[in-house]
Amino acid sequence: MIIKKKYDVVVIGSGPGGLAAAIDAKKGGADDVLVIERDVELGGILLQCIHNGFGLQTFKEDLPGPEYAQRYINEAKSLGISFLLDTMVMDVTSQRKLFLSSRDFGYVEVDAHAIVLAMGCRERTRAQVRLPGYRPNGVFTAGTAQRWVNVEGYMPGNNFVILGSGDIGMIMARRLTFEGAHVERVLEIQSYLSGLSRNYVQCLDDWGIPLQLQHTVKKIIGKDRVEAIEAVAVDNKWNFIPGSEEIIPCDTLLLSVGLIPENELSKKAGVLLDPVTGGPFVDEHFQTNIPGIFAAGNVVHVYDLVDWVSMAGSEAGRSAAEFALAEKARTARYIPLVPGKNVRYIVPHKLDKQALEQGDIHLQMRVTRPIEEDVWLEVHGENNRIVRRSERYVRPGEMVTIVLKPNMHAEVEKAGSLTVDIYPKSEA
Amino acid sequence: MQEKYDFIVIGAGVIGCMIARWLSRYEGRVLVIEKQADLGMGTTAANTAIVHAGYDPVPGSLKARMNVKGNAMWDQLKAELNFAFARSGDYVVAIGEEELPALDTLMVQGKKNGVPGMSIISGEEVRAREKNINPKVSGALWASTGGICDCFQVNVAAGESAAINGVEFKFNTAFEDFIMEGDRIIGIKTNQGDFLSRWVVNAAGLYSDVVMHKAGVRPEFKIQPRKGEYFVFDRADIQIDNILFPVPSDAGKGIMVTNTVHGNTIIGPNAQLIDDKEDTSTTIPGMEEIWEGAQKLIPSLDRRHVIATFAGLRAMGNGPCKTPGVNYNKDYIIEIPENVRGFVNLGGIESPGLASSPAIAEEVIDLLKDAGEDLREKKDWEPIRPARPRYRDMSHKDRQLLVEMDPHFGRVICRCENVTEGEILAEIHAPIPALTYDAIKRRTWLGTGRCQGGFDMPRVVAILSRELGISPMEITKRGHNSEYLVRETKESEAADDN
Repeated sequence: MIIKKKYDVVVIGSGPGGLAAAIDAKKGGADDVLVIERDVELGGILLQCIHNGFGLQTFKEDLPGPEYAQRYINEAKSLGISFLLDTMVMDVTSQRKLFLSSRDFGYVEVDAHAIVLAMGCRERTRAQVRLPGYRPNGVFTAGTAQRWVNVEGYMPGNNFVILGSGDIGMIMARRLTFEGAHVERVLEIQSYLSGLSRNYVQCLDDWGIPLQLQHTVKKIIGKDRVEAIEAVAVDNKWNFIPGSEEIIPCDTLLLSVGLIPENELSKKAGVLLDPVTGGPFVDEHFQTNIPGIFAAGNVVHVYDLVDWVSMAGSEAGRSAAEFALAEKARTARYIPLVPGKNVRYIVPHKLDKQALEQGDIHLQMRVTRPIEEDVWLEVHGENNRIVRRSERYVRPGEMVTIVLKPNMHAEVEKAGSLTVDIYPKSEA
Repeated sequence: MQEKYDFIVIGAGVIGCMIARWLSRYEGRVLVIEKQADLGMGTTAANTAIVHAGYDPVPGSLKARMNVKGNAMWDQLKAELNFAFARSGDYVVAIGEEELPALDTLMVQGKKNGVPGMSIISGEEVRAREKNINPKVSGALWASTGGICDCFQVNVAAGESAAINGVEFKFNTAFEDFIMEGDRIIGIKTNQGDFLSRWVVNAAGLYSDVVMHKAGVRPEFKIQPRKGEYFVFDRADIQIDNILFPVPSDAGKGIMVTNTVHGNTIIGPNAQLIDDKEDTSTTIPGMEEIWEGAQKLIPSLDRRHVIATFAGLRAMGNGPCKTPGVNYNKDYIIEIPENVRGFVNLGGIESPGLASSPAIAEEVIDLLKDAGEDLREKKDWEPIRPARPRYRDMSHKDRQLLVEMDPHFGRVICRCENVTEGEILAEIHAPIPALTYDAIKRRTWLGTGRCQGGFDMPRVVAILSRELGISPMEITKRGHNSEYLVRETKESEAADDN
């Protein structure tokens, strides 16, 4: 695949938000749409969500995650959207320039008329829930365990305790049970469930896995591998209740303690984040504070259902396409001003051709070397002269101005760029 | 047949590796044994990574001499070994007028120890240099020679430098006893068999007391582990620009706030005396203690940005200072004992052991020479341990060139710290190969960011499995008994059967 210098819309991430954004950007009129995915396959985290429950709103069907993703992947491919897999976006600027790193394509720079951020979210980790004890192997986030079991095909343990009643944790409780592992229990520090009730019923209750509300882990035991955890009951202010401690033998502790939108790239582009959601401040089109940079899905705030993520992606994609087309139309009117013979620089550097209709445009420049005789100051396009006037001399210390008049508009329209030459009349 | 060496070093922490590197200059066969699966898994793995200026140790102590001499050696060491080190200078910060006299005491002590480049600056000046400092700051001692480093890299680089120059390393090899011939040590017994040697160097850190007792040296010497707990902050969210100590107390140098060479801010350590030499667990009271302590210096710290907690043990000894008139009994021991031949004995090398490490290595060489050992310099000794590319810290242009040269550097495995497959492969195939997840983590800084390895872990396990030609189920976090995976899933097993 040949990577272009410039795309109409670049989408970062190919999860449900990114795929929907790319599809609707394309349908919205963007010609060149590029999706960048850091993993080796399209679909994002949906690929490891092999349980069903996806698409009830969108397709009125109950689909497993990979199948839900596949419908979008098929549509995106049929629309001729470009994809870069196993490729990391290292940097994004507010001028919508992206730096990509890939084993297959190298380190490349790409410009975009519009960008959709769709990096999703990441899991909160041990340090964010203050879990004292050793740092043995066997403490994993539920999502990491999910990847191991569902994508890599390996079991990360035999006896599990799950901290947190988030959806991934509950779904993993059931999945691990299917695989013949023992899930001792799920501990939740709050007095209520953090995930969906339907997951409690289908993933815990149906399989006899106990949920202990207002309980947490006081200590992790085991130096090389988890050997047990010390569980404890808490009061409404999350203080430990003395005497309620219980040692639970296990070889693995899974953490399902919340998700955080992943916005490290967004910050590099100058996108402002809401401290409450952890995602960008957005308008109704999911545009961030940086014009032309949109955000969709879990990168904005953590959703409960994938259908809403796809919907947000669609809106962001449509809006990005609209922005890109307007931006393209605007930039297409510009032509560069090129310093030619004996011209060091010209200000302005580029020119909106239509601006000539509004009035005079002053081209200001300095010459490279003095010419102490009559000179021509000439502005020309590729094939046509726009204007020529004379001076008795030019000197680097004295700025030179050439004025473009509204009556030159027709000639300027024919040019792809304007070059200024300053030369002795004797050489003409 | 037993292998025969000229020197065996027990322990591959920063002290053991630095000594091995210094020994590698000379003719002779050198072996380093390490009971863990990798270098630097003890005290070196969990400390503040400060290269102390040298105003803290008691004047006249060996600790003071090693610290100040060692500190001055770091620029050359960095130039030769290519690790991350910044001589940024450090501050001891006085909060409130009542803490100001402590700065003068340190200043006097530092001058006695021969520390160059110190001055006392005003509270106003401190506020100008560190915008987040407690506004009640009344002044600070500024020591321009203090610095920060990546202590794992220093340890690895010293070990590698030794390995490049022919030193052998045996991991998962635990010292059990000495083999004696009269009053002379002629070798050691380990869980991996016996090794003969003309000299044995005790660099066993927390276990240096156990080792010297086996040789019948200093039966009264005891290592008292002092646990210190730490918080690490996300480098994207909090950045303290300086190395900030509080004024010290009897318990030690106190709970500090410092930047690191990787850009993360860390806070800690507290100082708990414990008995268990393996107890690196964090505790709730300990976490509260360091939180409170750090806020004394930087009140605006935000706990939401903590991405990791850890604890390390300092090997505090009870060695008496040899200088007449100096009443100090936590000094370093670096000696060739009189009652046992063939033994270089070290003990109690706690902080500032890292800063002192090159001076300690040189001291060992001097002791050997004094003991009449005929040390002959190798003609082909290679002082340089080449630098390895760090993708994260490179410019766009340099990244582009690197990926053109080796496309593996284009593949980013750790998304928070931007560590690439090229960097991981370089470590797996290094002179001292990184064979566990933690070994790669410590060498590349992968998995140390805000997701704490959640995303890279399965990928690194897959790469290790591929490169080492073993099953993912055999890949460990840090060696023995720390495997990631217990079995295949039912579906994978069924697929294997077909």
